[in-house]
Amino acid sequence: MKKAYLDNAATMPILPEVLEAMLPYLREVYGNPQSLHEWGDEAREAIDEARRQVVALIGARPEEIIFTGSGSEANNFAIKGLAQAQQPKGRHIVISAIEHFSVLHSAKTLEKLGFEVTTVPVDGYGLVDPEAVAKSLREDTILVSVMHANGEVGTIEPIVNIAKVVRGTRALFHTDAVATAGTIPVDVEELGVDALSLAANQFYGPKGVGALWLKKGTRITPFIDGGVQEGGRRAGTENVPGIVGMGKAAELAQQHIPSRIERLSALRDRLIKGLSSQIEHTILTGHPTQRLPGNASFCIEFIEGEAMLMLLSSKGVAASSGSACTSRALKASHVLTAMGISAELAQGSLLFTLGLNNSDEDVDYVLEVLPPVVDRLRQMSPLYAKFIKEQGGGR
Amino acid sequence: MPIYSEKVMEHFMNPRNVGEIENPDGIGEVGNPVCGDMMAFYIKVDNNHLSDVKFKTFGCGAAIAVSSIVSEMAMGKTLEEARKITPALVAKELEGLPKNKFHCSNLGAQALNKAIDDYLKKQGKEVKSKRRRKDEKE
Repeated sequence: MKKAYLDNAATMPILPEVLEAMLPYLREVYGNPQSLHEWGDEAREAIDEARRQVVALIGARPEEIIFTGSGSEANNFAIKGLAQAQQPKGRHIVISAIEHFSVLHSAKTLEKLGFEVTTVPVDGYGLVDPEAVAKSLREDTILVSVMHANGEVGTIEPIVNIAKVVRGTRALFHTDAVATAGTIPVDVEELGVDALSLAANQFYGPKGVGALWLKKGTRITPFIDGGVQEGGRRAGTENVPGIVGMGKAAELAQQHIPSRIERLSALRDRLIKGLSSQIEHTILTGHPTQRLPGNASFCIEFIEGEAMLMLLSSKGVAASSGSACTSRALKASHVLTAMGISAELAQGSLLFTLGLNNSDEDVDYVLEVLPPVVDRLRQMSPLYAKFIKEQGGGR
Repeated sequence: MPIYSEKVMEHFMNPRNVGEIENPDGIGEVGNPVCGDMMAFYIKVDNNHLSDVKFKTFGCGAAIAVSSIVSEMAMGKTLEEARKITPALVAKELEGLPKNKFHCSNLGAQALNKAIDDYLKKQGKEVKSKRRRKDEKE
């Protein structure tokens, strides 16, 4: 059976070059980077090199990178660590309504500790209005966090303009760039941010490694207390193979971002166009143009996402959904909800995220197998039957 | 491990008795705003027996599998027997359901009971279902 993995936002395959770069550090180069002997030297040099590769990707300096165990950890570190360190200046934090759970839930934790959190809404495309951020700022605002792009609906946020309204206040500006770093150009200077999170498995690197970029001189409370690793801010023996893999993946991304964007945008537009024309009553979610190259997200009316995923999976297609039924908590995606999409429509959420592993044939295959899947579920749906009846009665 | 049992998958992939009945003797519609599932059951009653049962469902894989197995369990049964199809029995028949999908088995049993209530009402008979009375209280 043909198989097509279009769930790259969940995680991606690692590139062969990345695996090759990692292998020596899983085998013969096993030293601890903190050790003062040859074994340690080799491991330390590998990490230094990876640090240079990662900072080159985002236009930063080597001493500004802290390696973490994931993008989620980098977000937790940024939100909690910056808020704690800035506490003497105030206890007010601003985030957007569509942040990743690692930011949202970190903010919730801080609320329980006595911080105040303002959540800025988004429009129907999932865009944050810089004016709304400006209005939410107060004397005691210490931290603003708005994601660079949302992986679920693909919308790219106007970070440069948000940075402009934050600049000149006491607040630091963090952006979660997990969905963008390594995918589209990310330059910390151009963006005008103070902190930025990234994750290796979002640009064909290994799982279990991420990084927090922190502008030089920015104070942060350590996330893991212990040894001197990562400047004493994130203790624990370094994940040498993972960090090396992240470095290699960053280097490859930096070299190939323009061609990757071209390739993925073409696949994405083909999928969006084909799906919208072949399946009636389908809504593209997220911004039509300010959008991640590989993101094709929809709401398919009258049917439910998990059922679609199961039928697609039986045809070898991997996708994802923000429907309530697909979540453990049985809640519709907070991103779709914040964009004003009704609970009923959000049930039909279907997300395809393309990567370098995908080809035109994959898109064609999805366009071949999806329409019968939708048709089959609609034939079963009392909502669709009602809609057809009402439409017929209206004529 | 897949989240659903083989039996759930089998009923989801090949659901029995999908559709509507023309001029049904009873219709039972239930919806659950928590998960967003919606089920409609249609029944034909012949000599106190369910001579035909059909359904339409908007919902997840579990909701569809539950509808299918409830329709199968109810087919040919007397109204009294059909009343005895409980959510627990439905889940057991499906060889288990994930915890957060248990409410789907509730919906299936509820929709069938509502259809029977509807039939009895149309016949001018007393509605005895406990479930129905509970619904009305809510």
